[in-house]
Amino acid sequence: MEKIVRMQRLNKYFGDHHVLKDIDLEVQSGEVVVIIGASGSGKSTLIRCVNGLEEYESGELVVDQQPLEPKGGNQKSLAAIRKEVGMVFQQFNLFPHLTVKENIMLAPMKVKSTDKSAAADIAMKLLDRVGIANQAEKYPTQLSGGQQQRVAIARALAMEPRLMLFDEPTSALDPEMIGEVLDVMRELAKEGMTMMVVTHEMGFAREVADRVIYIHGGQIVEEGKPEAVFDNPQNERTQSFLSRVLKH
Amino acid sequence: MASGFEFDWSAAFGSVPYLLKGIPYTLLISFGGLLIGFLIGIFMGLASLSRNRLLRWPATAYIEIFRGTPILVQVLFIFYGLPDIVGGPINALTAGIAAIALNSGAYISEVVRGGVQSIDKGQTEAGVSLGLSRSQTFWSVVWPQALRRMIPPLGNQAIVSIKDTSLFSVIGVGELVRQGQIYIATTFTAFEVYFMVALLYLAITLTLSFLLRFAERRGLASS
Ligand SMILES: Nc1ncnc2c1ncn2[C@@H]1O[C@H](COP(=O)(O)OP(=O)(O)O)[C@@H](O)[C@H]1O
Ligand SMILES: [Mg+2]
Repeated sequence: MEKIVRMQRLNKYFGDHHVLKDIDLEVQSGEVVVIIGASGSGKSTLIRCVNGLEEYESGELVVDQQPLEPKGGNQKSLAAIRKEVGMVFQQFNLFPHLTVKENIMLAPMKVKSTDKSAAADIAMKLLDRVGIANQAEKYPTQLSGGQQQRVAIARALAMEPRLMLFDEPTSALDPEMIGEVLDVMRELAKEGMTMMVVTHEMGFAREVADRVIYIHGGQIVEEGKPEAVFDNPQNERTQSFLSRVLKH
Repeated sequence: MASGFEFDWSAAFGSVPYLLKGIPYTLLISFGGLLIGFLIGIFMGLASLSRNRLLRWPATAYIEIFRGTPILVQVLFIFYGLPDIVGGPINALTAGIAAIALNSGAYISEVVRGGVQSIDKGQTEAGVSLGLSRSQTFWSVVWPQALRRMIPPLGNQAIVSIKDTSLFSVIGVGELVRQGQIYIATTFTAFEVYFMVALLYLAITLTLSFLLRFAERRGLASS
């Protein structure tokens, strides 16, 4: 199996605050890795290191065969990595001045020099795939939260990424809209997309994840198949975290 | 009225054709200066946000100097002071346009800076995550949104600059106030003429306000 992400002894600080501590993590092609943990434990920082939104201080990081060096090192691979890695944010971060369709067309046109009509075709196919082709000409703010997040997923997919990062994609949504976004993600996983997903949706994690990682205080304290982590957690921190979140 | 003053309508209306001759100068200095000021403002505003100190430092100095000194002093300096250095007279119209450009440029730099900084960091993150370069992300994602937010403060600055041109009668540009002064010198009807001068400024600034509201509403409708 081909490795898409390989992190070794990765350390990250915000000032004096040691946020990621000796993280060792590998993600294989086609794998869905779900990262769980309390707020502030370092989940976002971890996946944001993968596409260079955060720099790290020490350790090794290789994404899609391309080494991304720590802060101050060679960042030449960053552009290439970002072309191969899509990201979906908690707050959607759609471009409000562009229509839904234009949001999706922008990156293929700017980054891959795809011509306009081909980019429009890509956009319409993806919108169809996430079930909102009829909203193509609207502006993002005219859409519901669930629809906006589906556009954000389509926008990332337009670059045909080899890896998708999701940072709490349903946390900003009204409860009735969570399902439609998880459905799209489930489909994506089924089609073989490599995914790293930070989420509090334990049902989704159990069903879709190949591997679940529990992170606490910037360290991976437990990792394994969803059944193992959820039904038989070894670490007492995992146990207490799960007993708290699964109650709700 | 105790003084027996009566508004002299014929003097007021009689001054209008005269005053209207000043309007092209007022508009040329205002909008010529503002256009250049806008270009300066974009450049200096972005430079002031740069991580590079060699760009940031001069931009900050420029902004502070031109915001911290009166525009009247600036135009006097350009018109009377600079010729000593450049070794030849500077045309009054040029001096006026230059003063508006440099002065509005300093304020517009701050407008640009504020506009760019007001755009959520998530927009840049989304852009670069899609593989766009920093500059592609800036020009196609951040800038169009910042520009829209800049419309009201830019309009404000335009109105301030239009009114500032009234000071340039001191260097003899035949703008609105200057035309009024010349007329008053022969008719001695200061009240009526300055009243008409004020009305004409108001006509210009109200028209601009109206156009800006319209632009703003259209901007909002599409976002
Ligand atoms: N930009 C930042 N500057 C300083 N500290 C930060 C920054 N981003 C996150 N942190 C801190 O790093 C820790 C991990 O944050 P984060 O990765 O966002 O956690 P999570 O996503 O698990 O909630 C927290 O203590 C947070 O306060
Ligand atoms: Mg987070």
